[in-house]
This record gives sequence, C-alpha cells and structure tokens, in this order.
Amino acid sequence: MSHSLTPRLAVNVVLLLILGLVPVYAALTDNTFVMTLFTRVIILAIAALSLNLIMGFGGMVSFGHAAYLGIGGYAVGILSKEGIDSGFVQWPVAIGASALFALVVGTLSLRTRGVYFIMITLAFAQMVYYIAIGLDRYGGDDGLTIYHQSQFGGLVNLNNKTVFYYLCLVLLLAGIYAVWRIVNSRFGLVIRGARSNEGRMRAIGFPTFRYKLTCFVIAGAMCGLAGALLANHTNYISPAIMEWTRSGDLIVMAVLGGMRAAFGPLIGAMTFLLLEDWLSRVTDYPNLIIGPVLLIVAIYINGGIDGLLGRRRHG
Amino acid sequence: MLYFIEQLLNGIQLGMLLFLLAAGLTLIFGIMDLVNLAHGSLYMIGAYFAATFAAWTDSFVLGAILALIATLIVGMALEVIAIRRLYGRDHLDHVLATFGLLLFFNELVRLIWGPAGLTLSLPSEMLNAVQILPGLYYPVYRLVIIGVTLTVGALLYALIMRTRLGMLIRAGASNREMVGALGINIKLLYTLVFGLGAALAGFAGLMQAPILTVQIGMGENILIAAFVVVTIGGIGSIRGAFVAAMLVGLVDTIGRAFVPDLLHTYLSESASSSLGRALSSMSIYVLMALVLIVRPEGLFPAASR
Amino acid sequence: MADALLEIEDLTKRFGGVIASDRISLTLKRGELHAIIGPNGAGKTTLIGQLTGEIAPDAGSVRFDGQDITALPVYRRSAIGLARSFQITSLFLDFTALDNVALAVQAHAGHSFRFWRNAGSDDELREPARAALVNVGLGARADVLAADLSHGERRQLEIAMALATKPRVLLLDEPMAGMGPEESVRLIEILRRLKGGVTILLIEHDMDAVFALAERISVLVYGRIIASGDPAAIRADPVVRQAYLGEGKGAGGG
Repeated sequence: MSHSLTPRLAVNVVLLLILGLVPVYAALTDNTFVMTLFTRVIILAIAALSLNLIMGFGGMVSFGHAAYLGIGGYAVGILSKEGIDSGFVQWPVAIGASALFALVVGTLSLRTRGVYFIMITLAFAQMVYYIAIGLDRYGGDDGLTIYHQSQFGGLVNLNNKTVFYYLCLVLLLAGIYAVWRIVNSRFGLVIRGARSNEGRMRAIGFPTFRYKLTCFVIAGAMCGLAGALLANHTNYISPAIMEWTRSGDLIVMAVLGGMRAAFGPLIGAMTFLLLEDWLSRVTDYPNLIIGPVLLIVAIYINGGIDGLLGRRRHG
Repeated sequence: MLYFIEQLLNGIQLGMLLFLLAAGLTLIFGIMDLVNLAHGSLYMIGAYFAATFAAWTDSFVLGAILALIATLIVGMALEVIAIRRLYGRDHLDHVLATFGLLLFFNELVRLIWGPAGLTLSLPSEMLNAVQILPGLYYPVYRLVIIGVTLTVGALLYALIMRTRLGMLIRAGASNREMVGALGINIKLLYTLVFGLGAALAGFAGLMQAPILTVQIGMGENILIAAFVVVTIGGIGSIRGAFVAAMLVGLVDTIGRAFVPDLLHTYLSESASSSLGRALSSMSIYVLMALVLIVRPEGLFPAASR
Repeated sequence: MADALLEIEDLTKRFGGVIASDRISLTLKRGELHAIIGPNGAGKTTLIGQLTGEIAPDAGSVRFDGQDITALPVYRRSAIGLARSFQITSLFLDFTALDNVALAVQAHAGHSFRFWRNAGSDDELREPARAALVNVGLGARADVLAADLSHGERRQLEIAMALATKPRVLLLDEPMAGMGPEESVRLIEILRRLKGGVTILLIEHDMDAVFALAERISVLVYGRIIASGDPAAIRADPVVRQAYLGEGKGAGGG
C-alpha cells in the first residue's frame, strides 16, 4: 500500500473517522436515528464486501447474494424462536448454513458462464425466498419478530446499541482487511487470473473450478454473518430481505463504490443508502432521482466512485 | 380430468404471454448483447397505457392499439436516449443502468397514476365463458389471448424468417461484428429491435391487464419468469423462447394446481399447503437449474460466438 | 524408443463428415525442434487441441515420456511438462508482463490455497518469472501491462509463460503469426537459443523460421502426415512440393 497522501487514502481515512464518531455524534445530539442508519450501512457494507470478493475480483456476478442475508438472518430468527438465544450457537449456524448453501449453489452454477451464471444464481435465491414464504411456523410472508438479541454471556451486550454499532464496525474493518489480504494472496491471484482469462489459467495448470468454488463459499459465509447482524439490528427477519431486488441493491452498492477497491463496497453502501434515505425525506418519489443517478453512473463513470479518486496501478 | 385440461389451457395461456416477453428479451440480448432489467417496466407501461386509453376512448380494442403505439414510442425513445450508450459495455454496467431505469419507471408510474393500481374492464362479450368440451367452460378472453398471441408469434416468425429485416436480425444474433462490417445501419437496426421488444412487452402487459390488476411492480414478477424462459430456451433464439415459454408456463401452472394436492396425500393439511405453495413457486427455477446442468447454454442457443 | 518424448499414434478426429485428423502418427525426439507445416485447414489446430487435451480424439493415442495421456484433462498436462503457447495471444491483459509469467510459475509451485501472504512480493514466484522474461528478451518490460505491449512483445511473453512452467515439451502454435520482419528475426533468435534445452513442437506457416530452426519437419495436409524428415529431404520431396510448397512458398501467415 502506498504511503503517500493520495485522494483515495484521504477519503478512506475521513470515512473511517466519520464512522468511528457516529455514536459520539448521536449521543451529543440525542439522535438515535443516525446510529440506526449507519449501523444498517455498515452491515450492508459487509454484505456488499462479500459480493465484491466474488464479483469484483472474481468476475462471478451473483444475482442471488441477498439469499445469504436471509439464511443468516433466519438462522438467528429460527433458533431464537426455538428458544436458543446464544450467539455462540446462532452465529456459527448462520455462517455454516450460508457456507453450505453457497457450496451447493456454487457446485451447480460455476460450470455456467456469463448471463447463465447470473440467472442460475438468481434462481437459487428465488428458491430460498419461496421456501421462507412457505415457513408458516416462522412467520411466512409476514416475517418473524426476534425478541432477544443474540446472547454472548458476559462477553458483549448486544442490547446496547452503541456496543452493537462498534461490533459491526470492527467486523467490517476486519472483513475489509481479510478481503484485501485474500485478494493479494496466491489464492486471490488465481481468482483474479480466472476472471481475466480462465482458459489461459487452465492451460497453465490451474484447476480453476475448485478455487472459484472456495471463493464463492467464503463470500456466502461472510454474507451469512451480515445476515445474523441484520437480524439483531432490526429484531425482525422476513422473506423480503431475499427479494431479487435486494440482490440488485447489493450489486449496485458494489459497482457504485468501485469494484476493485478495498473500501469500494463501504463507499457504495454508504452512498446508496444515505442517498436513498435523504431523498425519501426530501421527496415522495426518491427513485425519480436515484434511478437516473444509477443510469448516469453506469454510463459515464467507469470504475464507480473509486474510479473518480484516481487511477489504480492494475486490476 | 376436465380440471387438468383447464389448467393445461391456463398453462398455455401463461406460456404465450411469457413468450411475448421472452421473445423481446432474447432478441435484445442476442443482437445487442444487452441485459435489460427494465423490460418488465415496458410490460407495466403497456398495461397502464391500455387501462388509461381504454377508459378515455371507452373501447378496449382502441385503447389496446393506442397503448401498443405508445409503448413502442417509449421503447424507441428509451433506446435513443439511454440504452444505446450501453452497447459493448460490461454486463454489470447493463445491470446497474437498467436497474436504475426499473426503479425510475416504477416511481414515475406511481407519480402519474398513484400507488393504488388500475383496472381494465373487458367488453361484455369477452366476459362470458364458452363450452369448449362437454362440461368444461373456459373464459372467452383467455382463448382470445391464446389466439392473438399465436398470431403474433406467427407474424414474428414470418418477420424473422422471411423478411430482409429478419435476416439481419438473425445474422446479428449469431455474429454482431459481421453485420456491422457489412455496412448495415446498425444504429437503426438496434433501435428497431429494441422497439420491437418493447412493443411485444407492452402487448403482453395490455393483454394480461384485464385478468390481473394493473399495478406497480407487476413487471418484476413476470420479468424473472421471462429471464428463466430466455435462459432455458437459449439466448438469441425465438424458437427456443417459444418452446421454453410453453414449458415454463405449463410447469408453473400445473405445478401450482397439483403439487399442493399431491402433497396432501402424504402430509397434513397445514404442512402440505405451505410447503406446496413454496414448491410450486419454485418449480420453474428447479426446471431451469436442471436444464442448465444438462445443457449449460440452454436448449437452442443461437449465438455461435 | 527411449529418446522419444512425445509419441502420437493413429490420432483420428472427425467433426460431422469432416476428417480433421486422419490417423496421424508422429514421434517427437528428446531435445529436437520438430516443425509441422501445412496449408490452412490442414488440421493443425485440431491436432494441437488433442495434444493439449481440449479436444478428445475419436481414436488413437498420445504418449508422453511413455505415459498414455490421451484422456488427461487440460490443467494436468501442464503439470506433467507439456506447455503450449497460443496462436491467438491469450494473456492476462490487465496484469503486468511479470505478473503474467509469475502466474505460470505459481501454477507449478504446489497448491494455491494460501490466503494470507502477499504473492506480489513472493520471490519464489518473482525470481523464476523474471528469469524467463530475460530469457525471451523482455527483461526491461517486466512492469508493463500486457495490454500495453506490442504484438511482437506479446508473442515473446507467450513463450516466456510457457517456459516458466519448466516444460519438457513446448508446443508453439504459430508464434510468428502477424509479426513484422524485425520482430520475426528476433523471435527466431530466441527460439534458436532455446533449442536443445527443451523439446519443441513448432506449428508454423513462416517458412524462413521453419527452415532456419527445424531439425525435422512433418507436413500435414487434409489431416494426414504426407511426409516427414529432415529439412533438405522435405524441400526435395515432390509430393510435398505439389501439395504445399508449390502454392506460395514463403507466403507466411496465410
């Protein structure tokens, strides 16, 4: 990483400062809404980060990533309803179930390419969506209220909104760091090489399928964790979190922020969600502005917002 | 048995409508290599226009014709203003851009027509049911849909297979660069193809409008089914779209009609109803997954690039 | 034969009614540079495809150092020492030249399920990569993006990548294609230097390169080997002259 003060570095630092100080600001101005909003931003940034790992670096455009938010969330919700409130059980189940689902979907989908891959990932997400609607015991279409936060004994109290906020922030930063390391490791090079020219990768001797599948599972697991966090945040989980338009939102966040930037998903999530929130308070028809904004960004800005911050060395 | 035939007809009818949507999508994808998430918006606009014009002119047919023309105009304007800047770009850029358009159109419709949705009433003759088999009555309008769509399908087939324009379209679907190199006015061709796709989508919307309510977001539900059809049929292939649309329409309808009852013989009432609903909603996705596993490029892939 | 590294026996492939490979038999001796020439459409691409594992033959076998590899998957062939360069340059365009070759090195450095250490500064990968680049004359261009290299340089990079895997047999698929005269001369020199160290099967149209480098030449016409021998014998062979050399000798690059 370069140590000179580039615009990119400056923006990232400022971003971290802002995020770090949100609870302070919220306490000083007695404005809990700000913290609620930013908690959501952070959680969805983790989801977008996981998508960016496979999509930005691996070229695997998954239109079913919101399914993992649902699986993680329902893991927490279902276990809670059945009387298991311990986070030490809920969260590993959330991550494990998501990883398992990713394993199945990846095994069946990664043999296809291009738009077929997009469609088949969408199909699997739809399947999970409809299964969730069919789960009458767990609320079905109406969703499931979660009465208790995940319990971690004396370790950390998630009932405290500030504590929860900082936990999410720490997890996000850990995630960004982990993704950065993965992407620059030998494993990451295989993934990036496969995106650049898969035929060549196989010709020089890489069995690309198993690497892509592993990456896919890691991304699913990470997003499952985000789902568990989301369930704790809203104390509620419903099939709506897995609608395909939610998967679309995640793609938007990843692309908007810049797909090969470490902080890209965070920037994208923040921009998208804050814009959405601000506009819905200013006008009754926020999408009249958001829609064209997305259109313009797609057409004119190559590399998302990160692309505006200066050239990168290479992909 | 009669119930089965009724569901069969419903499945065919649904298949027909899916075909109209999928045909446009597959053409646009095959020729311009464009992923268009806003295709469902054109379907929605067609329905809204139809409901509005029919109310103004007090005639269903006149309203339908006006709606078709209006949707065609909107489609071509959209291509000229926005869509054409996306050609040759990454599919992700398409997804982002057309997703924005989808959000925009939903909001625009809400602004102009309000959140409540509209209804489109049929001329009284079409409201009747005719007896097509002893003991089986089927709504006239649904038969009309099947008939009209088959006609449109035949016209489309004739257009693609028998005319010069159709030949250009087929050539473009299998080798885009060549068609450009031949000096054909690609820009105009693309605008026409997009317009054709929009008209087909709008037509599907206005035909379906009297049966389902006309509401915001109606495009999204059927859009996914249309994408499934295109994927199963093979990108760029009208024939594939037709076969796949029939498959999907039938599987979906018959699944919904019979799976819950089938489960009921093995499971309790409550379990079978919720599981049944879930499984029957999933049926078309299971179908697509199965097809892709066996034939990763769909049933009749047109593109040879 | 102990010094036969690659033995192709009765290799046959049909596409519909067309016979692309018609009982091709060929032996590649250890250390030699063996060229395959033939008119366009002779079936050279199909032959290479069967050697690399991308195309499954209908009949016949391919033996590599005594081992039957006819059904071995593509990604395993590189591991056993059979490397190829591509006729249509197939590089990682958004990576630098050094990164391109480093990837080839990495493919043979054990598994890549390593998630933590920075591979970009891993000498175990960088050093052999740099050496391969120097070997083909690209040492000074190591940090240039592959997309920014000239056509000739990309060809050189192709060969560097194949070399980096320390192959025993190098399959070169028309490396001279599209090269200007200066670049061709340079590439011929590079190949001359590589001779002897690694066994080379050279598929080429460029007659200057073929006759300058090859120890043995086989002529492929309509999927069949019609002649095989040393350059002088091939030049003099009337069957070959009629079938191939007669139509535009030295045309190069079809």
